[in-house]
Amino acid sequence: MTLLGEVALWAGWLIALWGAIVGFSGKWRGRPELRASLTGAVYAVLLCMLTAAVALWYGLVTHDFNIEYVAAYTSRNLPDYFVFTAFWAGQKGSLLFWAIVLSTFAALAQFLTSSRYRGLLPYVAGVTSAVTAFFLTVMLFAANPFGRLAFTPADGNGLNPQLQNFGMIVHPPMLYLGYISITIPFAFAMAALLSGRLDTGWIHAIRKWTLLSWVFLSTGIVLGMWWAYVELGWGGYWAWDPVENASFLPWLTMTAFLHSVMIQEKRGMLKRWNLGLIVGTFLLSIFGTFITRSGVISSVHSFTQSSVGYYFLAFLVLAAVASFTLLYVRWDALRPEVQLESMVSREAAFLFNNLILVGIAFSILWGTLFPILSEAVQGTKVTVGPPFFNRVNIPLGILLLALTGIGPLIAWRKASTANLRRQFIAPLTAGGVVILGLLAAGMRDGYPLVAIGLAGFVLGTIVQEFYRGSRARHRIHGESYLVAIGRLIGRNRRRYGGYVVHVGILVLFVAFAGMAFKVDHEATLLPGESVDVKSPYGHTYHLTHLGISQFQQLNRFVSQATVQVSRDGVPLGIMTSEKRQHQNSLGAAEFQPSTEVGIRTTPREDLYIVYAGSVAGTEEAVYRFTINPLVVWVWIGGMIVVMGGLLTMWPGGTGTTTKPRPVQAGYEAELVGHAS
Amino acid sequence: MKAGTRFAIGAGVIVLAVAVLIVEGVKQTGVYFLTPTELAQRTTADPTFRDVGIKMGAQVVPGTIKRDVATQTIDFQVTDGTTLMPVTYRGLAPDTFNDQQEIEVVVEGRLGTDGVFHATSLFAKCGSRYEKEYDAEQKV
Repeated sequence: MTLLGEVALWAGWLIALWGAIVGFSGKWRGRPELRASLTGAVYAVLLCMLTAAVALWYGLVTHDFNIEYVAAYTSRNLPDYFVFTAFWAGQKGSLLFWAIVLSTFAALAQFLTSSRYRGLLPYVAGVTSAVTAFFLTVMLFAANPFGRLAFTPADGNGLNPQLQNFGMIVHPPMLYLGYISITIPFAFAMAALLSGRLDTGWIHAIRKWTLLSWVFLSTGIVLGMWWAYVELGWGGYWAWDPVENASFLPWLTMTAFLHSVMIQEKRGMLKRWNLGLIVGTFLLSIFGTFITRSGVISSVHSFTQSSVGYYFLAFLVLAAVASFTLLYVRWDALRPEVQLESMVSREAAFLFNNLILVGIAFSILWGTLFPILSEAVQGTKVTVGPPFFNRVNIPLGILLLALTGIGPLIAWRKASTANLRRQFIAPLTAGGVVILGLLAAGMRDGYPLVAIGLAGFVLGTIVQEFYRGSRARHRIHGESYLVAIGRLIGRNRRRYGGYVVHVGILVLFVAFAGMAFKVDHEATLLPGESVDVKSPYGHTYHLTHLGISQFQQLNRFVSQATVQVSRDGVPLGIMTSEKRQHQNSLGAAEFQPSTEVGIRTTPREDLYIVYAGSVAGTEEAVYRFTINPLVVWVWIGGMIVVMGGLLTMWPGGTGTTTKPRPVQAGYEAELVGHAS
Repeated sequence: MKAGTRFAIGAGVIVLAVAVLIVEGVKQTGVYFLTPTELAQRTTADPTFRDVGIKMGAQVVPGTIKRDVATQTIDFQVTDGTTLMPVTYRGLAPDTFNDQQEIEVVVEGRLGTDGVFHATSLFAKCGSRYEKEYDAEQKV
């Protein structure tokens, strides 16, 4: 089977190269047979990749330890579903996974794109083929998943215990899907530049694709946070690690694009900026892959150092030079159709939103690369960590949150004073009430106060929008309010789906603000001893160490510490935290022991218990108790964001506008429920 | 004033604010990342360097880890191949920090006048954390 897999890789590589050459050369013009061959090449590459996938999975499930990859990531006693998902646990397999998904998306782009944008497709095929060919090159010449060992070991190495978690089954594929699907919008942008069809056609063609990759990226990031929180045991979900940053960077530029593209559709502005954002997003996704796989910047996530990094660096440089050259060539054709009319307008609000998103992205990129930059310039490595990222990004994030409330309500072109008064009085009051309420409750911390207050303001704007929209339907069509809200969303998914995403974002902001009040307490306890921990809400948790039990479970030996918990004298039951020593099929220890944390979640706070070890083999245990306020709202906010994103891209609803619609100043407010 | 000009000013303010935040952030929170040899050289050349918080990356010398769980103190030695340096750390160590394999650590703290590096945080990176290359020679 590995022979089959290898042949499939080579065949896919040759066909993808052919596709890239034909696509870029433009020789398919007026030659239908060549054009058909180009489309066929895209499908053929997909077929090759699927064959290779079957071959690798076959090797995994049959425990063919002669294949190096199978021996390195699985073992006989590894649970079946982890054997299956070990496909993307390591460098080589994940590269193959990448190529499979990319060729699938490339084929879907050819297959699903509406006939209106057919003219762009041959170029799209060229770009996607070139990117696929690159990944196949890396596999064939630097990281072949089908490489064989000179001998067949009796058992494999097994999978790292920290990867033996449900989050790890779904988080990497989601993130990969996000990263990879960015290639399609990028390919359309390149196609627009290559073909010179610089109207909004390419933007309409990729609308669903950009939303899709945004939803995948969002899901992948939130799942990664969840995995870090439940599995890594340091009590948080985001550490500004280089690899986390690498996944966040394209998300930021993609978010900026989703907003600024509306300005291009409505007003014919920002054409260069939008192309720049798409190119930037694609480059950042490749950069993220480079960071993860090269070991250039040390990170907990990185794969081992390997030559694969150089391939990615070369590709990154090549792609950057090619796309920016192309952008430069078409620069004059991308002149804006109109100029900005007023600072107090939706265009301006969106422009500032874009600037801040890109500013955040830049600061994160800068901080991530700082060790390398400082070493190159000064000769000494200087690193920046979470304090840097928090310092820079909290004020920018708060500014962004304010714009989230302002942007959707302010009129296009030029807002009148009447428009401003009508739109903002109620939400501003809501925000003010929230701040006063928090002050009364005794909160005196600047940033959280402002963040939660602004969240109240933004929520006010969104509730007002839904209320006005459904009231209009209620009056005009006589629908009940419930039906009216449903139809409101259904008829105008993009707008109201967008609001739902905003609700999710502000829930996230509030949850992040909550982490400012996190409480940590370390204690060494004999069985029967207890400790009191005060929660930020003023409750007292009374935690009693009950003892340690040891047992064998699946492929591991477990030491489990048990804690009895009560809050303000009310018993809440017992919680456990484990140290797990994973074993191979012969019962010998392998990998370092891993920690299984105990978490008790309530809407207000999580009690997070880590058993850190015992004193010299006795039952005297070392614990870290953490109280994390509002953590559950991170997961809820993330889900709302993803649901909003899905709502926005759900098929149907209003059709796509082909021409930028003229909008009249200050008119938007009168057309609630009709205009989008 | 034209809207475009006003916007340019607004944009300039934002860009400037981002730049100031970054520069100030680096100044306030940036820490040197040194090897034991570099740290020893710097402190010899400039004794006030002891007061600057730094990060040090090095290999743990196998067999030197001494844990006192009761006081949650860990003493060990690190090396970069040329300079050996004792480290003391108070707090919980990550799972990856142990003697079983060669591990790389990043410690953050200060070099005391006693010649011991007093770490306030400790990150351990096993050379093959998620990636375990199959070592043929070792297995045969």
